[in-house]
Amino acid sequence: MTLRTDHSLIAKWIKDNTRVLDLGCGDGALLAGLQKKQNVTGYGVEIDEDNIVKCIQSGVNVIQTDLDAGLSQFENNTFDYVIMTQTLQAIYYPEKLLTEMTRVGHEAIVTFPNMAHWKCRIQMALGGHMPKSKTLPYEWYNTPNIHLCSLDDFESLCAKKNIEILERATVDHAHQISLGMNIFPNLLGEIAIYRFCSKK
Amino acid sequence: MKNTLPPDNVGLVKPNKAHFDETLVLASGSNLNGFDLVYETYGKLNAEHSNAILICHALSGDHHVAGYHTLEDKKPGWWDNAIGPNKIIDTNKFFIVCPNNIGGCSGSTGPLTINPDTGKIYGPNFPLVTVEDWVKTQAMLADHLGIDVWAVIIGGSLGGMQCMEWSIAYPNRLKHTFVIAAAAKLSTQNIAFNEVARQVIRSDRDFNEGHYYKNDNKPIHGLMQARMLGHITYLSDDALDEKFGRQLRDGEIKFGYDVEFQIESYLRHQGRSFVDRFDANSYLLLTKVLDYFDPAAKSNGDLAKVMSPATAEFLIISFSSDWRFSPSRSKEIMSALLETNKQVSYIEIQSKQGHDSFLKAIPRYHEVMEAALNRIAGEVGIQ
Repeated sequence: MTLRTDHSLIAKWIKDNTRVLDLGCGDGALLAGLQKKQNVTGYGVEIDEDNIVKCIQSGVNVIQTDLDAGLSQFENNTFDYVIMTQTLQAIYYPEKLLTEMTRVGHEAIVTFPNMAHWKCRIQMALGGHMPKSKTLPYEWYNTPNIHLCSLDDFESLCAKKNIEILERATVDHAHQISLGMNIFPNLLGEIAIYRFCSKK
Repeated sequence: MKNTLPPDNVGLVKPNKAHFDETLVLASGSNLNGFDLVYETYGKLNAEHSNAILICHALSGDHHVAGYHTLEDKKPGWWDNAIGPNKIIDTNKFFIVCPNNIGGCSGSTGPLTINPDTGKIYGPNFPLVTVEDWVKTQAMLADHLGIDVWAVIIGGSLGGMQCMEWSIAYPNRLKHTFVIAAAAKLSTQNIAFNEVARQVIRSDRDFNEGHYYKNDNKPIHGLMQARMLGHITYLSDDALDEKFGRQLRDGEIKFGYDVEFQIESYLRHQGRSFVDRFDANSYLLLTKVLDYFDPAAKSNGDLAKVMSPATAEFLIISFSSDWRFSPSRSKEIMSALLETNKQVSYIEIQSKQGHDSFLKAIPRYHEVMEAALNRIAGEVGIQ
């Protein structure tokens, strides 16, 4: 099984034999890979029933939860990492959930589509319409993505929330990395990946 | 009469009986001087004895889970929709065992059994038992059948409580457990419902302090009403409304106390048919088994601590419309397991049928169990 590039980037950031909570874990592919290759244990959290069935089928512990209801069932600092890939933008209260992630885990990792990617900027500035792309395929009226942001937006929220950013990476929609992205991440990065924790 | 049975049915089955000579010391401190367990099995135990599934029945269930006893039977076993060749719990892959618990009235030692010490039937003198006692007897049955470790133990409602107890009392004897529509203890409201049911039975003028066998005048009305009350709590408001609404049996209001609404007719029918198959002393005892279950009580209510010996992988399933054992009760079990980093998955199935949902062939519910069992089949080396 080959991991998506954002998954393999995340996998590199995760130490072996650790405990992971994966929020919005989808079909459990990331956790299944981490369990198999890095002896990671933990749980996926998911709301979609088709995905839950897939997790159960592939031996990933999965807890059905609405992330908008918070993570109250999890105790403080019970995980080494709390991961959330491509879900932050669909959450009602992202700022609360980010704090919850740093409460439950020693470190947290999120990925989200960058709203300030140059293609988005051109579509808004010149096309005069809401941006659509491979990472953001929806129309404005049917998108689940209600809280889109840019890398700069995310970083200023972290500053406000006393969250320390430990590492940052960006990839394109095919989850590839380019040199330009490293120099101008907020302009050229299509998907942002952050590792962070609460400021000690 | 049926001439043939569908290919995915286990077919005609016969109950077995195992006798145990040992004196069973019960949680109450009483002793049972030997006892019988009646049970059914479906499928074949493999050479490694690794494919055994234990089904734990709920309040009014018994050992007859699947198939038919005779071709004249109106209904198959109580979970026939899930168990059979190529069904969710596939008898081509797994060896399925279901005993009738002691204290019941379907053949295992209970109020209807003759007490070897007195030569008379136990009746109301049958000692009160607990889930712990049941699980102990089930473990003895497992020994008898040569099953060291169950691949899965599955139970709904009171059956789910037995799953929990297994995982605490015999952590090394089960690999997986499906705890369905269960609770770590009854709520106050649940005990209240049980108490009304008991009072209705015990105040029936034919109850005679439980000694109703001599004159063969059973507390029919009491047991019937207790079942009617119970039945309402097993269904949801919506399910009753959808099924019966305000339909009138004879199409018009008659200004009397005979059956007018269809729901009245249905409940009376349910109550009456229950009386034919169930013993009042057993019913009283079983409601007490439910009331007493509270493993966390040993540890000041700390369920996580009590369940910490468990090593099984848990699949916890609740149903959205179940108000008798609501999803929040299942979540309590889940949270306790999360606290000590146990292997656990949890899903709430959308359903309309209330607590009874666990007996229904709800597609998503069956799909979840099938996904888990497919993986488990792989683990224990079955294709």
